[in-house]
Amino acid sequence: MALNNLPHKLAITGLSVSLLASPFALAETAEEKGRSIMEEFERRDTGWRDMQAGMQMILRNAQSQESIREIRMKSLEQENDGDKSLTIFDQPRDVKGTAFLSFSHIDRADDQWLYLPALGRVKRISSRNKSGPFMGSEFSYEDMGSFEIDKYTYKFIGEEPCGDLTCYVVENYPVEKTSGYKRRISWVDTNEYRMQKLDFYDRKNSLLKTLNFVNYQQYIGQYWRADRMEMTNHQNGKSTTLAWKGYRFQEGLNERDFNKNALKRAR
Amino acid sequence: MSERLFNFVLKRPLITLIIGLALIITAAMGASNLVFKSDYRVFFGPENPQLQAFEAMQKVYSKSDNVAFVIAPEDKQVFTPEHLEAIRKITEESWQVPYSTRVDSVTNYQYSHAEEDDLIVEDLVYEPLTLNQEQLSHAREIATGDPLLEKRLISTDAHVAVVNVTLQFPGLNPVEEVPAVASKVRQIREQVAQEHPDLNIMLSGVAMMNTSFVEASLEDNSTLVPLMFLVVILTISLMLKTITGTFATVVIIMSSIVTTMGIAGWTGFYLTGPSASAPTIILTLAVADCIHILTSMFYEMRHGVKKQQAILDSLRINLKPIFLTSATTAIGFLAMNFSDSPPFHDLGNMVAMGVMLAFIFSVTIFPAMLTLLPVRVKQKAEGESDMMLSLSAFVINNRRTLLPAMSVVLIAISIFVPKNEMNDDFVKYFDESVEFRQATDFMQDNLSGMTTIEVSIDSGKSSGINDPAFLQVVEDFSNWMRSQPETDHVNSITDIIKRLNRNMHADDPAWYKLPDNQELAAQYLLLYEMSLPYGLDLNNQLNVDKSSTRITVTLKNQTSNQQLETEKRMQAWFNENAPQYKAELASPTLMFAHIGQRNIISMITGTAIALVLISLVLGFALRSVRFGFISLLPNVLPATVAFGIWGLTVGQIGLGLSIVASMTLGIVVDDTVHFLSKYLHARRSKGADTYAAVKYAFSSVGRALWITTFVLVCGFMVLAQSTFKINAEMGLMTAITILIALIVDFLFLPPLLMKLDNEKSDPAGSSDIKTESQKGVAHGSEQPAS
Repeated sequence: MALNNLPHKLAITGLSVSLLASPFALAETAEEKGRSIMEEFERRDTGWRDMQAGMQMILRNAQSQESIREIRMKSLEQENDGDKSLTIFDQPRDVKGTAFLSFSHIDRADDQWLYLPALGRVKRISSRNKSGPFMGSEFSYEDMGSFEIDKYTYKFIGEEPCGDLTCYVVENYPVEKTSGYKRRISWVDTNEYRMQKLDFYDRKNSLLKTLNFVNYQQYIGQYWRADRMEMTNHQNGKSTTLAWKGYRFQEGLNERDFNKNALKRAR
Repeated sequence: MSERLFNFVLKRPLITLIIGLALIITAAMGASNLVFKSDYRVFFGPENPQLQAFEAMQKVYSKSDNVAFVIAPEDKQVFTPEHLEAIRKITEESWQVPYSTRVDSVTNYQYSHAEEDDLIVEDLVYEPLTLNQEQLSHAREIATGDPLLEKRLISTDAHVAVVNVTLQFPGLNPVEEVPAVASKVRQIREQVAQEHPDLNIMLSGVAMMNTSFVEASLEDNSTLVPLMFLVVILTISLMLKTITGTFATVVIIMSSIVTTMGIAGWTGFYLTGPSASAPTIILTLAVADCIHILTSMFYEMRHGVKKQQAILDSLRINLKPIFLTSATTAIGFLAMNFSDSPPFHDLGNMVAMGVMLAFIFSVTIFPAMLTLLPVRVKQKAEGESDMMLSLSAFVINNRRTLLPAMSVVLIAISIFVPKNEMNDDFVKYFDESVEFRQATDFMQDNLSGMTTIEVSIDSGKSSGINDPAFLQVVEDFSNWMRSQPETDHVNSITDIIKRLNRNMHADDPAWYKLPDNQELAAQYLLLYEMSLPYGLDLNNQLNVDKSSTRITVTLKNQTSNQQLETEKRMQAWFNENAPQYKAELASPTLMFAHIGQRNIISMITGTAIALVLISLVLGFALRSVRFGFISLLPNVLPATVAFGIWGLTVGQIGLGLSIVASMTLGIVVDDTVHFLSKYLHARRSKGADTYAAVKYAFSSVGRALWITTFVLVCGFMVLAQSTFKINAEMGLMTAITILIALIVDFLFLPPLLMKLDNEKSDPAGSSDIKTESQKGVAHGSEQPAS
């Protein structure tokens, strides 16, 4: 981490600049530096074991007409793989009790099951598609999935102010071919390594979406979570806000809470 | 005033030219501000109710444009590894098309099916080159049996496929956005066509249509304008036998065009298909002024008058008539402002401006140039009016048969006016030489076309679309619509729900039906929403709070009237079967279906006002109320008869033709002005009887009339060659109308005058005549030697 604490005013872009700015560094490339920042970002958000929260998903079209969905989410941290998560729908009323279980993976298709209470059956959904929209929102599955360092390759761009803070700006290139993105640009603050903003570029490298993280709170003295996540699609004018409430950590959830049977009980 | 101007022009020709050129160049620089709006929506004013309905619908559902690659293998087999690989390649490459948000084809179609308790969602064709025969025919069976694919992305016989690229134009720079898309998709097409020479790949879709509006017009202007210049140069040099005169005329025409386009650029006009024809029309109309000035001048010179004096005489003779004819022409074009379609306001205003500029240049720069240039004329007495004399003799001798015979013919043809049926098919706005037209016709013949009607049904409550009763209505309507003979394809949310119901019951065909409770429907849709691929959401079929749904109906090729009839039938269905829900219909097809009719209604007002104004001008010019009224007949008849001929032959009229009546009014009136003023001049100043006056009119203006008519007919026939049908039909119809106007003025008006004038008045005319110079009223083109 010593490298990252060097004065960065000179380190604007690229290899040559970082060489100048860090004379003791063993020629750290922009790629290595980007990765090391994101490793620290991941490291600081490790060890929370399990997590639960309620969420309001507010969908807006270009005319600002809204639709609100209420959802509860539970997540179980996994080592060396994507996390497991369970999503339970409370609103609108006609989908109440519908539950979605997902085991996200770094290098292959996620495992997904859906429980439809009106049908009384659990269905496994087999799909290669991670780039599709999550519940009709402007978030895609890949946006909602947990961050895993090997999902991307990186390039450090520079530092710049973000709000009252200073942020590392790092480009992320998805490894997965089925990704909907050519690249993402992440702004991670230098104080606490919290994601402050993400820009998403589509496959033709046009700016597609921007995600802003608003109002971070710290939980159990360690983990930071934003109260609101605001995703704006620049191409179709639509936006989605995720408003989180009631974060709870380390309440002893285990694998049994994340299997097919748990889906039916989820309501 | 005019004398002082003429003196200045003739004494200081160089200064006149320099001032003129400086002004022209300053104005012309504005032409660089002229941009071409490549969007079919320009045809509709902001108040247009069908446009408003469509825009309102686009605000609720996803708004999008598209490009369609139409892929036709020579062996008529889409489902071969190589052809599917080509389709996969186009699909993948199309994600790189600027502003693309979604690409759909048979290869990346998200095929969902059940396997025990698994729902499998995958690309219908994943790696084409690895597929065996069995897998290929399985994929083919699924594609052609799926209502979401059949006739949209694959033909029923699987011999033609479509890759559809959905575009979301930011609309910030319409001049560059559409061409950027066109050039990228063409590049993809070239690349794939090179690797797969046995594929015929064509491009259709809204973006290609929009780009064709620009390209067809640019193509037109690069072929039609030079062609028209050629016609003008040939006509003038052959008829008037002067090189310098031709040169000066060409300069005046060019000046009129560039100044008009320049001023249009400065004042914020933009170009569209119709208004881009302004240069051709101005070109045609600007010639007349110069011809009149040249003929008078040469007449004088042949009779021994010196050049300088001949120019001055010609200006004196012609100033008033060419001002009058220019003004009436301008009024006719200005009446286009009543049109319902903004591009025609622009066309009218630009041509009106061009015509008035041509008048100004003809009496300033033109004489200045003639003064400076060497002009030689052979001194000879000509027998050229022989033809006109024999024509007048014929008309006078046969007046008793001509009048009733002509009346019968004209009325008989006019009876066929109502046989014209409204038809605005935006695909057929382009002739068959345009690639977009070929591609779209081909797509229409083999899959389905661009004729669509979008139906939005509102349940009135949030999540109301999941209500079984509502879904049943949507299903009933979709089924009814599919049973209509004109329907090609219906895209309905109920197909998706039925498919999911079957999927969730182990693909049992018995479950291909709507669920019977709201929760199940809602949960299926949630499942569906969660399985959608990148770039797709339900918003193109459902509104945000799921209270309304949109059904897209693709129709076979129909005339506008048939479309309007279909629209009525659809509305009647909802009134009868689902009065509890609000159903709205909108689409570009409906916009175009209504525009012709709306435009005709609005243009009737415009034409009526133009007619009143022009008749007033004529009344003043002829200084007679009675002749003002008589002139109505030869002015109104040509357009009526022309529409009769059209009804008898073509029978379909659209946007382009609905403005012809008003625009030709201003042009045909010129013939009447010239003929009547000569006639009256003979009656009043010379005390001639009606026969002598008719003879005088024929011999003095007959030849000039037919030369100008010839130029006008040629000009508009050149426009009739346009690849852009609105302009082509407008040109053809105008040419017909102008030709008929000449026939009416030669064969019908004189017998009419001889009849009416003989019976009702004394030869000297009722109005008091200021003694005016012999050449005062009308232009004196071929003054009789008497």
